[in-house]
Amino acid sequence: MTTATYSAEITPEIVAQHGLKPEEYARCCAIMGRTPNITELGVFSVMWSEHCSYKSSKVHLKTLPTTGPKVICGPGENAGVIDIGDGQAAIFKIESHNHPSFIEPYQGAATGVGGILRDVFTMGARPIANLNALRFGSPDHPKTRHLVAGVVAGIGGYGNCVGVPTVGGETNFHPSYNGNILVNAMTVGLADADKIFYSAAAGPGNPVIYVGAKTGRDGIHGATMASAEFDDESEAKRPTVQVGDPFTEKLLIEACLELMAGDSIVAIQDMGAAGLTSSSVEMAGKGELGLELDLDCVPVRETGMTAYEIMLSESQERMLMILKPGREADAQRIFHKWELDFAVIGKVTETGKLVLKMHGETVAELPVEPLVSQAPQYERPWEPTPAQPEIAASSIPAPANLTETLKTLLGSPDIASKRWIWEQYDATVMGDTILRSGGDAALVRVHGTTKGLALVTDCTPRYCFADPVRGGAQAVVETWRNVTATGATPIAITDNMNFGNPERPRIMGQFVGCIQGIREACLALDYPVVSGNVSLYNETNGQGILPTPVIGGVGLIDDVAKAVGIAAKTEGETLVLIGDTKGHLGATLYLREIAGREDGAPPAIDLAAERRNGDFVRGQILDGAVSACHDLSDGGLLIGLVEMAMAGGLGVAIEALPAGIPAHAAYFGEDQARYLVATKDPEALLAAARAASVPAMRLGRIAGAILTGPGLDAISVEELRRIHTGWLPAYMAAEPA
Amino acid sequence: MKIAVIVFPGSNCDRDMAVAVEQIAGVKPIMVWHRETELPKLDLAILPGGFSYGDYLRSGAMAAHSPVMREIKARAASGLPVLGICNGFQILTEAGMLPGALMRNRGLKFIHRPVTTRVESSRSIFTSRYQAGQVVTIPIAHADGNYFAATDVLDRIEGQGQVAFRYCDAAGAVTDDSNPNGSARNIAGIFNETKTVLGYMPHPERVIEPLLGGSDGRALFESLIGALS
Repeated sequence: MTTATYSAEITPEIVAQHGLKPEEYARCCAIMGRTPNITELGVFSVMWSEHCSYKSSKVHLKTLPTTGPKVICGPGENAGVIDIGDGQAAIFKIESHNHPSFIEPYQGAATGVGGILRDVFTMGARPIANLNALRFGSPDHPKTRHLVAGVVAGIGGYGNCVGVPTVGGETNFHPSYNGNILVNAMTVGLADADKIFYSAAAGPGNPVIYVGAKTGRDGIHGATMASAEFDDESEAKRPTVQVGDPFTEKLLIEACLELMAGDSIVAIQDMGAAGLTSSSVEMAGKGELGLELDLDCVPVRETGMTAYEIMLSESQERMLMILKPGREADAQRIFHKWELDFAVIGKVTETGKLVLKMHGETVAELPVEPLVSQAPQYERPWEPTPAQPEIAASSIPAPANLTETLKTLLGSPDIASKRWIWEQYDATVMGDTILRSGGDAALVRVHGTTKGLALVTDCTPRYCFADPVRGGAQAVVETWRNVTATGATPIAITDNMNFGNPERPRIMGQFVGCIQGIREACLALDYPVVSGNVSLYNETNGQGILPTPVIGGVGLIDDVAKAVGIAAKTEGETLVLIGDTKGHLGATLYLREIAGREDGAPPAIDLAAERRNGDFVRGQILDGAVSACHDLSDGGLLIGLVEMAMAGGLGVAIEALPAGIPAHAAYFGEDQARYLVATKDPEALLAAARAASVPAMRLGRIAGAILTGPGLDAISVEELRRIHTGWLPAYMAAEPA
Repeated sequence: MKIAVIVFPGSNCDRDMAVAVEQIAGVKPIMVWHRETELPKLDLAILPGGFSYGDYLRSGAMAAHSPVMREIKARAASGLPVLGICNGFQILTEAGMLPGALMRNRGLKFIHRPVTTRVESSRSIFTSRYQAGQVVTIPIAHADGNYFAATDVLDRIEGQGQVAFRYCDAAGAVTDDSNPNGSARNIAGIFNETKTVLGYMPHPERVIEPLLGGSDGRALFESLIGALS
């Protein structure tokens, strides 16, 4: 390998500040055939950052199934595209904004939403729903309250203003996130299947257009920051966080969609992480062409910006487009109507080089192909996570009082209602929201049709920590069950892999294990991965987060009128438990919140049973045999049952429990592949289950306003609701300790 | 019948409003861009919800000075019915077409939830298909819905029957607990003196079919269509 060459401008210290290892810098020099200048070094630095290059994760991500009969476009573009019939496509992706949100929660979260929205409307889709997945540190940690308040306000502030409903999400608390919160945002959009826009440059001579907001000095090196661990000095990184302007984004959505209705666009790419650098390199790289940009033409917010600053700025709400020749005036008219900047900043070339000019001089000249294809790829050493012991239910002592246990769990941070959060999000703008936060999947009608998209985000990090393979698979199957529980058929997922430092073999082993679990589940369920994002280095002072592979699931139902929610709202109906209950207590919330232990293997995942039970439940919902359905996950059977009762405002008399296991394990065990359904004809449902070889048992009746059951003291659903909804508002209102 | 939905940069309930109007009135409204200075002959103008101009400066403040608003004001003065929902209500107060102001919610947070409001009067073109005293469930989605006016103004609009809707509990009682944003006298919607202009914070256009969580918003549109056709 060529040795690195340094100059007065490019010293080893400068290289290190750009997050490049000496051997990576040597490769830059080899590609350039000379010492890069500072602008060129900046381009290499962001393109080869973990965030942009996936250098630690790519070899593993490649093993995921990404194709299927309904996949129009898998990973590699701005977002994944699936066929939803009738010539329509759903376009979606999830993306993290973890590091910025910890440093500046409001703007970090807001720009996370803005970025993922752009990924989706760049492809020609009108965004129709936002979701999120949030992880915060321990509620006792002095920063947590401030971070929750800021992140939630930021997500709402952006999504509400652009007028895209935020319909679902999840929020967990755990001390491992004390120094590294996770903010993952997902957007789902709708497009005509034959009007999807891609990013590959084409047509030498075609104009390169910059639209949107002006470029400022904000966010320079955000992608590099997102690719490093935090330490006590992280607060000083605040200037690398961008500031969002959802109003401009709203205008940009409308202007882009208006232009996309015609046929002027050859290629389009949003300027996300690494701004103008990654958008121009990606467009040129995918088209196997060159781009020549005149940086004097880039609309800037302040004078005196250098080429380096313009190329590395992460100012928000900007797009790069390549137009057909002669369409500039038409396009400009649209963008000026929406009061947005519009500038021709360059042209497509056949040189295969990214050439940057400023003040009449060439300030950078980089060969695109090697910049993209020779980005470092690492097969980082990894260690498998040691298997945790299976914990027998009988070895966990029964609690003194099951009702008190229920109340404790119901008011615990992970199970308590997140209403305080989702009431700050507009969930019904656009007028098609059928089901939203507070149940299983959200359901959004496809505008102007009877079809609906079921949408959900899920992950159980404590399972992933205990057993990454099981945990990865569980995250997938939980989304699959949540989609199924509405009556929709799961189609595809997007994944957001949040992990610690991949240079540690133990962490890399978590990543590899989770990927394996995700792969196995996706294959078994015909549920491919169509887009995703990786966020590594979620560590502070060497303390990593729990492995958190968040899965965003998307499903389709032909007639939203047939969908069901979780509310048990019909007096006299019977609750039937679908699936096998073995009373699994290892790595459960019961174990953590009641027994004070976080050990043990997580529940086993039986993918065949998942599929069998889920297909059965979906069939019963679509046949109209079921009026409410809830998948069982965190907290097990009793928590799921109480959630159905609270949502419907009715009581439940539990008549029987799964046999052969202690009551606390039956109530709170977290066995997978299970659902609770409400039906008016339990005999028919049980007979159908028998015929389908699906375990099912009659659990109890929906009646009155009181919960009763074996070993439980009678308690009103109203009191349970008070406990469930009380924790988060009280926590947020309390003074920090 | 000719209905216009005015679209400002940052409006985001304009499509929802057009869908509701078309579904209930059976006619497509015309969408009027805020830069227009002339309007065709109209039977009704609607200012939809959203974040016009990003709600920068103050909610509705910049939209109130948009070119189209000069014409809307003039037409309203000669009797054109105008409906302002959420941000539209904020624009109407900022434009001086309705008294008072909408301030930041008392909890300082954006709130989205179904709320119950009580119809104070069914004697208007907007509310004739409701019963006076009827409690309707319609979602709010705003950060600035805290209605404020000086006491003498409040007394005057109460005296003239200009209070259209009040936040209330499920039984129709006007209580502090049922006031989501701190509005003076629980006011959720008001008329102008001639009852030809209504500003209302909740979003009736979002509850026009049971699948979307209710249809209590329909009667507002049905009232208008009945009165104007």
